[in-house]
Amino acid sequence: MTAYNDKSGPFTHAPTSVRLTMATVLMALVPATLFDAWLFGWPAIFMFLITVGSCVLLEAGCLVLSNKPFHPSLGDGSVVLTGWLLAMSLPPWAPWWVGLLGAVFAVVLAKHLFGGLGQNVFNPAMVGRVALLVSFPLQMTSWVKTAPLGSEGAPSFVEALGITFGHASGFDHVSAASALGYVKTELSRGVPVDVSSQHLPDLMDMVLGMHAGSFGETSAVLILAGGLLLLARRIISWHIPVSLMGTLFVLGSLFHAVDPGRYAGGLFHLVSGATFLGAFFIATDYVTSPVSKRGQLVYGFGVGLLTWIIRTFAGYPEGMAFAVLLMNALTPIIDHHIRPRVFGRTYKGEPLPLKGEK
Amino acid sequence: MKLFTVRGGVHPEYRKERTAESAIVALPLPEALYLPLQQHIGAPALPVVAAGDLVKKGQLLARAGGAVSAPVHAPTSGRIAAISDMTAPHPSGLPQPTIILEPDGKDEWAELPEAIADPLNASPDVIRQRVAESGIVGMGGATFPSAVKLNLGTERKLETLLLNGAECEPYLTCDDRVMREFAAEIIDGARIMAHALGAPHTVIAIEENKPQALEIIRKAAAGLADVVVVSVPAQYPMGSERHLVQAITGQETPARKLTADLGVVVHNVATARAVHHAVRFGKPLLSRVVTVSGGAIAKPQNVEAPLGALVSDLVSFCGGLSVPPRRVVNGGPMMGQPLPSLAVPVVKGTSGILALTAEEANEQPAEPCIRCGTCVTICPCGLVPVEMSAFIRKENLEAAARLGVRDCVSCGSCSYICPAHIPLVHYFNYAKGRLNDLDREARKTDQIRQLVEGHNVRIEKLAQARAAAAAAVAAAAAAAETASTTENRGEA
Amino acid sequence: MIMITAVGSLAVMGATLGTLLGVASRYLHVEDDPLEQELLALLPGANCAQCGFVGCGQAAAALAKGEAGVTLCPPGGKAVAEKLAKKLGVSADLSEHEDKGPEYAVIEEDLCIGCTRCIRECTADAIFGAPKQMHSILRDNCHGCAKCFKVCPTEAIKMCKVPVTLGEWHWAKPEDASSLHAH
Repeated sequence: MTAYNDKSGPFTHAPTSVRLTMATVLMALVPATLFDAWLFGWPAIFMFLITVGSCVLLEAGCLVLSNKPFHPSLGDGSVVLTGWLLAMSLPPWAPWWVGLLGAVFAVVLAKHLFGGLGQNVFNPAMVGRVALLVSFPLQMTSWVKTAPLGSEGAPSFVEALGITFGHASGFDHVSAASALGYVKTELSRGVPVDVSSQHLPDLMDMVLGMHAGSFGETSAVLILAGGLLLLARRIISWHIPVSLMGTLFVLGSLFHAVDPGRYAGGLFHLVSGATFLGAFFIATDYVTSPVSKRGQLVYGFGVGLLTWIIRTFAGYPEGMAFAVLLMNALTPIIDHHIRPRVFGRTYKGEPLPLKGEK
Repeated sequence: MKLFTVRGGVHPEYRKERTAESAIVALPLPEALYLPLQQHIGAPALPVVAAGDLVKKGQLLARAGGAVSAPVHAPTSGRIAAISDMTAPHPSGLPQPTIILEPDGKDEWAELPEAIADPLNASPDVIRQRVAESGIVGMGGATFPSAVKLNLGTERKLETLLLNGAECEPYLTCDDRVMREFAAEIIDGARIMAHALGAPHTVIAIEENKPQALEIIRKAAAGLADVVVVSVPAQYPMGSERHLVQAITGQETPARKLTADLGVVVHNVATARAVHHAVRFGKPLLSRVVTVSGGAIAKPQNVEAPLGALVSDLVSFCGGLSVPPRRVVNGGPMMGQPLPSLAVPVVKGTSGILALTAEEANEQPAEPCIRCGTCVTICPCGLVPVEMSAFIRKENLEAAARLGVRDCVSCGSCSYICPAHIPLVHYFNYAKGRLNDLDREARKTDQIRQLVEGHNVRIEKLAQARAAAAAAVAAAAAAAETASTTENRGEA
Repeated sequence: MIMITAVGSLAVMGATLGTLLGVASRYLHVEDDPLEQELLALLPGANCAQCGFVGCGQAAAALAKGEAGVTLCPPGGKAVAEKLAKKLGVSADLSEHEDKGPEYAVIEEDLCIGCTRCIRECTADAIFGAPKQMHSILRDNCHGCAKCFKVCPTEAIKMCKVPVTLGEWHWAKPEDASSLHAH
């Protein structure tokens, strides 16, 4: 009989667990993922499977190398989530080695070299994406026109294998630019924003997702639904999504009102690119975001601000990944300076003064 | 009455329905009663009886051992079998001096002090004296000597006596039943205490998950202008003194200060009932209501047990253990202390005995922290458990102290909610204990240094005295020398 | 031409900054603080010699020079070791440090011959007694330096562990939870 008194209380626990949390997040991503799998067909499905599978295998390898047990890290779904989010930020028809290399950057570099689960400073999926983007700009910006499964012109299963694993020059796919990319390119050609955006799918289409883009940036409405599920289940709180999207929207609208030719509008910023994915799934990553609520507001504001700046002024059309990584670096500082106020004390830590005392 | 929000907290599954509807049952007298000399915060009581003595019910067995202490009385008549060490109802399993009483079955009362006539107009000193003599301590589990707490009115102007009927811990229903069955006694005791404190208002706070108790207490207090009954949200830890005061008054008790500094003194409802018995009938504290519950108990119920009954007596009375329990806990599951075994006594602070199954305890191995921040969101004291526990794991107790680990009340909300099942409160209990150790060691080092310095000074002085004496002797010898040589020269 | 400007300007900047640093290290130099005295203040001061040095002063000198580890003082326990580590600015991994635990000396009356040797050794005046009369140790003043233990000719003194009281007991770390009696 084991002793009753070998550990201190409490002797009851909420029905929460890491596995349950991860499972809920994955569930929230499923609708958008299924839609995108249908939208881009077999090559996208292969890309997704390779990315997630590589992440899991590399994680197992790293755990063996660092003499850590497989449980819980491998089974709780955290690395599957990393792979899933990485896959959602890749071009849908990316070749197999893009997914594999991305997994190496994400799992081995960004996660295990820092100490494994819970110890990484930077968001692993975003490190993977950014490393790929910087190293292979061509493959990472080859957007294809949507080719829904079963539609005319969509690659068959065998053709898709060729696209993912081979050189696939045989298949005639139509490349297309993502909305943000198109606007930026046109701007550099001298075409003002309000003119070029007329050539884009209208806002409704963008929301619904019937347009080109990375695997996860297409269906904004399904991502939003997933994000709302996370909010309802209390997996995330409203602070980061609201401050992030709020900042982006306000900046966009403000500057668009000042100079519509130069600056894209607030709503455009919200529904294009990976804004919803970033706001609800990526910036809210537990390990790399601040723990206090006020800290999260600052963090969300920072990500929104940096995203807007990068999208508007910098060389890359999509700024969310960089913005997230930059704010990840600031998370420890935010956590250090922004703490909740202790009960019975002032913010400085002194006991509260009694009435009558100074 | 307007209520104020209390930050954080959790909402555990309460599981009170197992015992809430069963009336309090009296435990039949067991074969022996084991009364520890320390059932309270403060100095242990000092025995005034010896082995072999015959005592009557309510007779003084041990007197208070100091200013902050409480006496112990005989729960029934019988013979003192021995005064010896026995395992304390404490997780350490350490022994403590205990009076062992063998009941004679006659249950004869000793001569009790006179009932205080018209206590609401009596001198507060008289009431405090009676409460002190009756061995009454905080019955919510804190066991602070109530007479000392009633003294707080002498140093400050108090506004409110807040009666704590929250009972926020899961499983426990003893206060609920006492409120339903003895409402008049509670209210009478409360008014007496308020008078002793000099507090013009009395507020009785009851969690909203006890609607029958609310109704019964409200009815009993109807027509009393100075007594208000308030329903507070069922949020753990609403029963925590400081948080209850915040809910009722909106004010936060400053760190290192008492709620009395805000003009509010908090007492448990069962304590109020004990005061009523002591003042109106001269009866000292001899028994208490204990909730015996948990998945491993065959017939959970509320038992009025004489102090000193063994936990095993209560468990047998409740049908015994239906399955081997994973944990046996003194108190509630959140803040209760695990017991070393069933062979320990029920004492003044034993509000509940829980025999929990493994399923109820839901203990899982700890996983790495994923920094979800839920512990920060729900901490009712505004602390950052994730950071503090990381420092403590690396033995950096100073950093943990800077982050406020000493302000932690060990409510257990963070451990309860952590998805990685990290034993956060266990780390904080360790840290607090270790910091106290270090303080004690530092004080001892200072004390020793003073002793050593004193020792060195003494040795110095002795050496100097010896040197001075030797010098004096040498000087005298030298003087004698010169005198004799002068003489000799004079002769030559 | 541009290259020469670039190289030249960087060289000038480097030289200037380097000179500034050199000047600062000479004229803004901070004197060493009296480390040894401060270390001595942290030690118990009983000169019990359990650390191997004759007195606490020598131990402090060795610590200041870096010739002794911060865990050198058994009576000081973990508290002193941590303070020394902090003062010296070293990180001492004390999680493995086995605290022997505080001890105190007890005289077995049957064996005591009243020789007063222990009284003369005791640095904290914790032993009272007179020649040929029973010696007794004041437990509260004894800090376990064991000097008396070493000189007693009849081995009448034994060192006992200070027991944990109910009030002082606390939980061990969850990792060490198998050892309940934390101290």
